[in-house]
Amino acid sequence: MIELKNLTTGYGEHIVALSINSIIPEGNLISLLGPNGVGKSTLLRTLCAFQPAISGDIIINGTSLQELTQAQLSRIISVVLTERLDVRAMTVHNLVSLGRSPYTGFWGRLDEEDERQVSQAIDQVGISELYEREIGTLSDGELQKAMIAKALAQQTPIILLDEPTAFLDFPSKVEMMRMLHRLAHEMNKTIFLSTHDVEMALQLSDQLWLMTAEGVHSGTPDELTADGSLADFIHIEGIHFDSERKLFIIEH
Amino acid sequence: MKQVSILIALALTVALLAVANLLWGSLSIPIEDVWRILCGEEIEGHASWTYIIRQSRVPQMITAILCGASLSTCGLMLQTTFRNPLAGPSILGIDSGANLAVAIVMLLLGGTVTLGSLSIAGYLLVVMAAMVGALCIMMLLMLLSRILHSKVMLLITGVIISYVTGSIIQLLNYTATEEGVHSFILWGMGNFSNVSMDRLPLFSLLILIGLFMALLMIKPLDALLLGDRYAQNLGIRIQRVRQGLLLITGILTATTTAFCGPISFLGLAVPHIARLTLGTSIHRVLLPGAMLMGAILTLICNLLSTLPRNGSLIPINVITPIIGSPVILYVILKRDK
Repeated sequence: MIELKNLTTGYGEHIVALSINSIIPEGNLISLLGPNGVGKSTLLRTLCAFQPAISGDIIINGTSLQELTQAQLSRIISVVLTERLDVRAMTVHNLVSLGRSPYTGFWGRLDEEDERQVSQAIDQVGISELYEREIGTLSDGELQKAMIAKALAQQTPIILLDEPTAFLDFPSKVEMMRMLHRLAHEMNKTIFLSTHDVEMALQLSDQLWLMTAEGVHSGTPDELTADGSLADFIHIEGIHFDSERKLFIIEH
Repeated sequence: MKQVSILIALALTVALLAVANLLWGSLSIPIEDVWRILCGEEIEGHASWTYIIRQSRVPQMITAILCGASLSTCGLMLQTTFRNPLAGPSILGIDSGANLAVAIVMLLLGGTVTLGSLSIAGYLLVVMAAMVGALCIMMLLMLLSRILHSKVMLLITGVIISYVTGSIIQLLNYTATEEGVHSFILWGMGNFSNVSMDRLPLFSLLILIGLFMALLMIKPLDALLLGDRYAQNLGIRIQRVRQGLLLITGILTATTTAFCGPISFLGLAVPHIARLTLGTSIHRVLLPGAMLMGAILTLICNLLSTLPRNGSLIPINVITPIIGSPVILYVILKRDK
């Protein structure tokens, strides 16, 4: 469980999001929704400790993020980022093996247990036939799965993903979200992701975080439908939220 | 397993070429006599042969191996840290930094002192100067790499650094004595014969320390392949690793540059040749592979440099671009696809 207490994110003097109070519960798939520039990536980066919070606290299973060493943190949170990998001559197996770094010794050699975890992670995301494939030859969806396998090999209770569906075609988006939903529930992982695919998030997430300039509003899709905040969330002309069917309807 | 056999094959090639470097030189000495001299015998009537083999060919062969290993190690570490396939000690201007510092010591402070006659203490001064020069440029690049996110801009910065140091060196040349300039130009052509038997221990010690430290970085280097953020998330302490890499590259570039002159292209090209040969970017395999491949190329360069049979040597920096530039072109063309 991650608690956000009066968390203010930003860079130096520049505040991006003010005073967020929320809880990320265990073993759930949580989607962070919000328009571009509202601070989704900044929030994710703050949660990963890539950048410090301006004020407030992030408490992970009872311990403040600031008190965790980097080595401890690498066994608690794993990430899948949007930045494109630019590596040549590396196999899927090599990539996923790097996820074992927090557990391997000085030279980074894998022992039997590490190897078992690596192949299990690759099986979990369903790309075992790509084991020895060079990652430069993978499709966007396959590479994304390999990155998730890396995160699984890291054996962390929490996985944070920055727009994991961004570069994917529609079937791959659906497959990706369903897989993340399955992993959260089967493996009891806390999976927190940012996305623009509102309808998919609506159907597959256990919780939604709606991020606007005013702050973060969180709840289950049903709760957010009932209190009208989903309907308020996208209020541009020509679109309305059908709270019966939980669908955004485009008028034409 | 395939990669292990390639590594063994590379090591054997290094051994073969090392022997070839002892057997062939600008002066023809019969093979069996070379062998007898190496075994400690004297050849009657050919006292100079003993000197050539023990005082020239042996240290030159060792120097070439260490130089090749350290240049390619630097190139590989720079390519991984800056995540830039075209990074290398010469392109990023790191050896220009060492070059400039050496020029200041040799031309300005030393005046007429020629490198050949420098004592060990004098050499240590040159090495220290080169190290300071190389580290300054490395630090500058590390700082700039935080501001400049474009890979091309970083390379252009390296080129600018080379131009600036080049012009300062020109200016120093202008004011220095003819003798000083001459020895500096000779040094700048690249040469494995500068390291004589009495300088070899210092040179080898510095290089071996650098190479050993580089091997200690294998795990963080692998994580860095994924980029700083992923590496950090995998528990790697980026700042410390960067400082370590800065220090190692500084030591290795400075030592090779101070003793053998700025040797171009090898640092950039060898990691690519090694990557293509071994088919992996994983440093546990690639780093030793690059070291061996670097040694192979410098040994070949050294053999080629003795080709004119009249006792004169072709400068190393005449040969390295011929080997290096096709590799670099190949890398650029392949990435542009």
